[in-house]
Amino acid sequence: MKYIALIYANEETSPKPGSEEFGQLIGEYEAATGKFINDGVLVGSDPLQSVNTATTLRARNGKLAMTDGPFAETKEQLGGYYIFECDNLDEALKYAAMIPTVNYGSIEVRPIMTIER
Amino acid sequence: MVSPSTPPINFEVAIHKIVREEWGYLISSLIKSFNDFHMAEDALQDAVEAALINWRKNGLPPSARAWLLTAARRKLIDKIRRDKNFESKKQQFPFFLDNDELKESDYAVPDERLRLIFTCCHPALDHNISVALTLQLLGGLTATEIARAFLVKPETMAQRLVRGKRKIKQAGIPYIIPDQDQFATRLDAVLSVLYLIFNEGYSASSGKKHIRAELCDEAIRLARILLYLCPCEPEAEALLALMLLHNSRKSARFGENGVLVPLEEQDRSKWNMNEINEGIILVEKSLARKQIGVYQIQAAISALHSEASRFKDTNWREIVLLYDELFKLLPTPVIQLNRIVALSYLISPEESIKALEGLKQDIGHYQPYYAALADLYKRSSKNKKAIKYYQKAISLSGNQAEQDFLKQRMSDLISLQKQ
Repeated sequence: MKYIALIYANEETSPKPGSEEFGQLIGEYEAATGKFINDGVLVGSDPLQSVNTATTLRARNGKLAMTDGPFAETKEQLGGYYIFECDNLDEALKYAAMIPTVNYGSIEVRPIMTIER
Repeated sequence: MVSPSTPPINFEVAIHKIVREEWGYLISSLIKSFNDFHMAEDALQDAVEAALINWRKNGLPPSARAWLLTAARRKLIDKIRRDKNFESKKQQFPFFLDNDELKESDYAVPDERLRLIFTCCHPALDHNISVALTLQLLGGLTATEIARAFLVKPETMAQRLVRGKRKIKQAGIPYIIPDQDQFATRLDAVLSVLYLIFNEGYSASSGKKHIRAELCDEAIRLARILLYLCPCEPEAEALLALMLLHNSRKSARFGENGVLVPLEEQDRSKWNMNEINEGIILVEKSLARKQIGVYQIQAAISALHSEASRFKDTNWREIVLLYDELFKLLPTPVIQLNRIVALSYLISPEESIKALEGLKQDIGHYQPYYAALADLYKRSSKNKKAIKYYQKAISLSGNQAEQDFLKQRMSDLISLQKQ
């Protein structure tokens, strides 16, 4: 089964690029990603640009509306994701718990639907 | 004269009892073989209906378990065969489909209930859902019965159960007993679900006491099953002990008018000695394993209350020490509160009030905090203050029996003041 681990954190209070904490965090992310690759569970992963760069679209009655910003204002923002191939939820949760942001943000784990084409 | 072949009048009641007792065993085995909660439940339900007809005609089979399992498996296999995608699914169930002749004697089935308990109580499921799933799948209760016990609408409970099973399936919660490195934390989750079931029944918030008492009995039955499946787990032993020791005071906990009677005023001759004795033996067994845990300490505290033949014989010194140990494992203000209340029987009420005041900012919204303060002021003959804190406690209580109890305490004090 494929699982996505969505990484949420408060951008305001997260380590800032250039800081010592940020360097340490990047190191931790590299180590975690290395482990996922080694164990053969990593399908894909990317960090996202800041939520300030988001544009949200809504089309109603054929009219497209654009908003500058995320779909909803939340305390923690989506900052990146990992996709794992795992046997079951327990395994996916085990790997998701190794994502460094778990220590100051939140990781939401969801199964990815399989659509037979 | 009733001939042996005539079914008893309460035949359906008897069947219902058998089915409930066997349900967890049967459903856990079917889920293991066919890897589908919904199909397993449907098939077992069909098997029960067939049993009602067959057993009424032919009498009870030698093993109801084997009969029901065979019938349910046949129904499941029929269903899989009728499935359009049979050919692609065939590989999944080679063993069952090769054996056309299913014989009851083939089923010396292993007990799969532990897998089921761990799945129902998986921490990825909401507590309320775990409680409902455990009662339905292991306890064999219907959605309607569970709804009645939890004072929610049957539809709400049915939805909760459906949601739980959907999450298990779609999120891929595995049907396994957790590995050694996960076992302890996962067992904790199971224990807390069983304790929630018990407490729901024990802290009777409204009428319908008999239904609530059944919930306590069911929690005890489930704790017994868990202990049977994990016989050397001290915390499982201790949880069963804790439930038995609490439950032993059932008949003494409420007065005729339904008002809560505190431990201090309970008629201890009404306590159930069988439950107390069993509880104490279990506590001692669990402590002897030398792996201390929160249920063991709580059960040991409860056992000390049970061992005192009068309230004033209570071994408070030992209880305070146990609360100290408990606080090390579970550093919460509630434990501190209970510790201070126990300590108050060893020191003066004034000193205890002082100690309680230090807790205020941590649990100033918690009803028992004010009830404890009120009691201490009453014990130091400061009735005005006691009344004030009873009022505060009443305003924070959401439980009728508790409110009635506090109100009675308060009105006793008010009438005393008038004299």
